[in-house]
Amino acid sequence: MNPVVLGPLVVSGISAILAFVIAVVDKFVNDYGEVSIDINHGKKSLKVRGGSMLLGTLAGENIFVPSACGGRGSCGACKVRVLSDVGPMLPTETPYMNQEEIANNVRLSCQIKLKKDIAIELSEEIFSVKKYKSKVISHKDLTYDIKETVFKLDGADKIEFKSGQYVQIVVPPYGEIKESVQRAYSMSSKPGDQDRVELLTRLVPGGIATTYMHKFMKEGDTVELVGPFGDFHVHDTPATMVCVAGGSGMAPFKSMFWDLFTTGSFPEKEIWYFFGARTTRDMFYLDELRELEKKWPRFHFVPALSEPKAEENWQGESGLITVVLERFIKEKIAKDKGLEGYLCGSPGMIDACIAVMTHNGISESDIYYDKFA
Amino acid sequence: MMPLVNPFTLFFASIFTSNILLSNFLGMCSFISISKDWKSSFGLGMAVTVVMTVTTLLSWLVLHYIIMPLGLDYLSFIVFIVVIAAVVQILEMIIDRASPALYMSLGIFLPLITVNCAILGAILFMQIRNYGLMQSVAFGAGSGLGWWLAIMLLAAIRERIDKNPVPAGLKGPGITMITIGFMAMAFIGFSGMIAVQ
Repeated sequence: MNPVVLGPLVVSGISAILAFVIAVVDKFVNDYGEVSIDINHGKKSLKVRGGSMLLGTLAGENIFVPSACGGRGSCGACKVRVLSDVGPMLPTETPYMNQEEIANNVRLSCQIKLKKDIAIELSEEIFSVKKYKSKVISHKDLTYDIKETVFKLDGADKIEFKSGQYVQIVVPPYGEIKESVQRAYSMSSKPGDQDRVELLTRLVPGGIATTYMHKFMKEGDTVELVGPFGDFHVHDTPATMVCVAGGSGMAPFKSMFWDLFTTGSFPEKEIWYFFGARTTRDMFYLDELRELEKKWPRFHFVPALSEPKAEENWQGESGLITVVLERFIKEKIAKDKGLEGYLCGSPGMIDACIAVMTHNGISESDIYYDKFA
Repeated sequence: MMPLVNPFTLFFASIFTSNILLSNFLGMCSFISISKDWKSSFGLGMAVTVVMTVTTLLSWLVLHYIIMPLGLDYLSFIVFIVVIAAVVQILEMIIDRASPALYMSLGIFLPLITVNCAILGAILFMQIRNYGLMQSVAFGAGSGLGWWLAIMLLAAIRERIDKNPVPAGLKGPGITMITIGFMAMAFIGFSGMIAVQ
């Protein structure tokens, strides 16, 4: 036979035989049959096909464990307490666990392959998490890099949540991005508006989800949302709320303030809101918040610019938000009912504010925050 | 001509006197990076042993029943690589099923066995030295165990080094290279005691 034909024929023949063997081994080795998942001591029991990861399998059964990275083991959000034996903790999980979680056998559900029957514990809240189809009905610029987007839920769907909670937006593959990812954003709409979800997003250069939302998503698009998640919420105490936000960290507070204002709940609470920005270019909702301050005696709004320019004619506070915050805690805020810290913004801002607050007598257990890296 | 070495002798020779790692310096990169931890070293050493034994056997069969009769010797390299890649794939699936912890701790080095030069090296030695079937299997298994022995020894030594003061400039790879040098010298002392070809 012609060697030009023979060579490739032999190589591809051998490859084909080996590929066949691999396929056969795969069929037998990776077949785990039907496994059962027992949730919360028999409250719910599922029968599923084994061989895939716990996170994805649960999502297939409409149980949405929070996950910001979509199962790649890089966010550490999909923690689940495992009651049965699923083998030792993997090196991919340990960085996200503290001593207590390790002792309780808390695991990342995206790293656990379902190989046999398993018993897990989920918080009851997760059962109220649903996947919503929605339509973008409004999409506008608040600043040069922050957008306010309103998603109207399809049909008669209603979302029930507490102010401060977040949803995950399912970003479909677009442009160069070949895989669907999920990213978490705090809802800025108030719980009373159950037919819609409003999000504030800041464009992160190179960010997969924010680039999609700022450059690709248009009014009228259909987008999937999963939620609600999170335990950032107004605590039922008489203590004064000291809220600090920067950039799109405005979102959970917008929801909280308008909710408290319209429902009149927690009437004892005084509210101080510090919002930090660099220049007036980064400021938004200024008029709305000042208007609210006038109508609502227990609400105090303190916007601050860290680098105000002379020509901007800025009337408010200037200086780093931490400096302004410290001065107000020391001089202006009444402390007779106690103080509670609420923070939302970049990790750097949050850490700095925690330091200022603890230094001024707010105990660390009374500081609540949502850190968005 | 097939060399007249007893397969049994060849098996021991390739573990001790002509260790593929310490006398031929093949498979150094995973040798150095995995030997930090003896448990992973044990697992990787065993994986290399299994892959080497199976691939030398399969390669011998392919070489003698397909490649040589058809006069396609120039294709032997590519065929060997394909065989190694397939065996590693299968092994990966089996380890994932049997021991997920080992699977995770080996991480990237498990698929990288595919391009571990010790494995292709063993197959090429087998081809050049004209080993028979039994000799090939003995040589493959022996070389694999030799690799396993060397990485276990190094892991044990490194564990002791970690507990002792090392000059700052020599920490990590520096002292490891020196250690490997000493080990190689010790092993080369035995070389030539048993002829392998």
